[in-house]
Amino acid sequence: MIYRETGQFKTSYAADQQIFPIRQDRVGIGILLAVAFLVVPAVAGNYWFNAILIPFLIFSLAALGLNILTGYAGQLSLGSAAFMAVGAYAAYNFQVRVEGMPVLLSFVLAGLTAAGVGILFGLPSLRIKGFYLAVATLAAQFFIVWCLTKFPYLSNNSSSGVISVPGVEILGFKFDTPASRYLLVLSIVVALALLAKNMVRSSTGRAWMAVRDMDVAAEVIGIRLMRTKLLAFAVSSFYCGVAGALYAFCYLGSVEPDGFSLDLSFKILFMIIVGGVGSIMGSFLGAAFILLLPIFLDISLPALAGLLGLPFDGATVSHIQLMVFGALIMFFLIVEPHGLARLWQIGKEKLRLWPFPH
Amino acid sequence: MQFFFEVLIGGLLSGVMYSLVALGFVLIFKASGVFNFAQGAMVYFAALSVVGCMEKGAPLWLALILAFGIMTLLGIATEKFVLRKMVNQPPIALFMATIGLSFFIDGFAPLLWGNEVRPLDIGLVDEPIPWILDSYNIVVSKFDLVAAGLALALVALLALFFQYTRVGRALRAVADDHQAALSIGIPLQHIWALVWAVAGFVALVAGMLWGSRNGVQFALTFTALKALPVLILGGFTSVPGAIVGGLIIGASEKLAEIYIPPVLAGWFGGNFGGIEGWFPYVMALLFLLVRPEGLFGEKHIDRV
Repeated sequence: MIYRETGQFKTSYAADQQIFPIRQDRVGIGILLAVAFLVVPAVAGNYWFNAILIPFLIFSLAALGLNILTGYAGQLSLGSAAFMAVGAYAAYNFQVRVEGMPVLLSFVLAGLTAAGVGILFGLPSLRIKGFYLAVATLAAQFFIVWCLTKFPYLSNNSSSGVISVPGVEILGFKFDTPASRYLLVLSIVVALALLAKNMVRSSTGRAWMAVRDMDVAAEVIGIRLMRTKLLAFAVSSFYCGVAGALYAFCYLGSVEPDGFSLDLSFKILFMIIVGGVGSIMGSFLGAAFILLLPIFLDISLPALAGLLGLPFDGATVSHIQLMVFGALIMFFLIVEPHGLARLWQIGKEKLRLWPFPH
Repeated sequence: MQFFFEVLIGGLLSGVMYSLVALGFVLIFKASGVFNFAQGAMVYFAALSVVGCMEKGAPLWLALILAFGIMTLLGIATEKFVLRKMVNQPPIALFMATIGLSFFIDGFAPLLWGNEVRPLDIGLVDEPIPWILDSYNIVVSKFDLVAAGLALALVALLALFFQYTRVGRALRAVADDHQAALSIGIPLQHIWALVWAVAGFVALVAGMLWGSRNGVQFALTFTALKALPVLILGGFTSVPGAIVGGLIIGASEKLAEIYIPPVLAGWFGGNFGGIEGWFPYVMALLFLLVRPEGLFGEKHIDRV
């Protein structure tokens, strides 16, 4: 009844090719953005901004980056956290070393630096794929974190590589309140998500998907493998790099190389598995899910244990958390390999027929 | 030069430990085409089970049998609840499922047995062998030598098992072609459960050796990750490859740890320890560029 595209005719190519062809979707996304930009800053408290909304947006961006590489181009990477680290440290260095460098420009340069490093570690993907590539990206993970710890130049000679970023200031406006930082992150994430959405609908995105589905066949029909794969690595690392810069500048304020550990890489991988491999929206859903789950467990498990009268300590929570994560990943891969995004789609299909299924 | 040999031998012997873990990977990959990321977690779980049983008062031999039983159960459960439901999915999805499995085991093992670092005493001492120390002045650990011997025995045993038993033949058939094996009446699911149990056994041996050397702790799972570059070097489907790869990785990372940091420090100044952490991976990466199928791996032919 409410979600039906009957009567919405497309009379031009532009109308046929728009991102959201159904009017209800356009209205929905408009409302969502309006709420995110106008309502949320007015009602949310500092805890919400600092502990949930800002990390959610940043991790969504990182997941989006990994999704471009793994979900669209089919190259599994276990090193996304390392590319975030490159972004964070590059942005820091541009800020500290170049006098009067605009923050946004340093974010972009950080993304480009990460893209360069990504291309470097993506080179093996031209010869290998699958598990081999996964192991190769582990090299990026360990090597980059080690470099950031050991080369004092990269962290401006601070001890053991910890950096404290300067405050964010754009055109004289200081982003010092959580709400303002939230808006900054939100704007960047929305812009990049829109870019990604358009990229995967374009010939670039179709080339990625062709390579993902069968790279030999893609090569035969004239897709240049090297360019396509390396571009996927570059774009993915760019997104991860910007996410890393935001992670340092807008979320934590001070980061150390060990913070970008293998665990973080896995977390981002889990986000796209749960959210939906090969889906822009899935990256957001997955990030929300993986971020909220530990918070939910932290609150619910002690309560549950108290209810059952069981002994309980903090270590147990972290173990159960690991188990739940693992079980969830297996569950999603078995039951719904396309993740939450697919569930959302099924819901929409159902809604089209509602309330008169035939 | 003496020092060089000492480092080299120490590296080779510690490489044997990597080989042991890599062996578990190879077994499962050969039989089911699954790249089992959880092998490291299984090593941890096995070692923890042995320690846990011994704490409950079981003697070592009983603890070993019990731990093997637990690993077998784990293998069967994995086959039944995860792998069987994922038949016909792309290998990369199976790989990600085993990442999930490794997280699950990482959480489950300490929940069952407790998470504190515990020593594991299997009656071996980590001390230099006197006559080598006397005659060549090189420290060779008794413990490492026994571990190496054990690994060799294990490989020989597995090779015999694969070559001469009925089950071994079935395993090789499954590894060659699932469908063909199924069509001549080999029970695929039993075979898979079996191979997971065998991998559990290998994990048990590795866990015992590692646990008694470094203590049974969570860090075991990270060390076990080093088996991945070993596999790349040796090739995913080759048992001898796992052994040779392990030796190369073990030796090269120890040599790199000793000889590269001073050079870097000479160039840039500062402290560059910890190269072992990434050296095997980067070496595997460079190796992949030259020879993607590994030293002993099968050449892969793509069909469109």
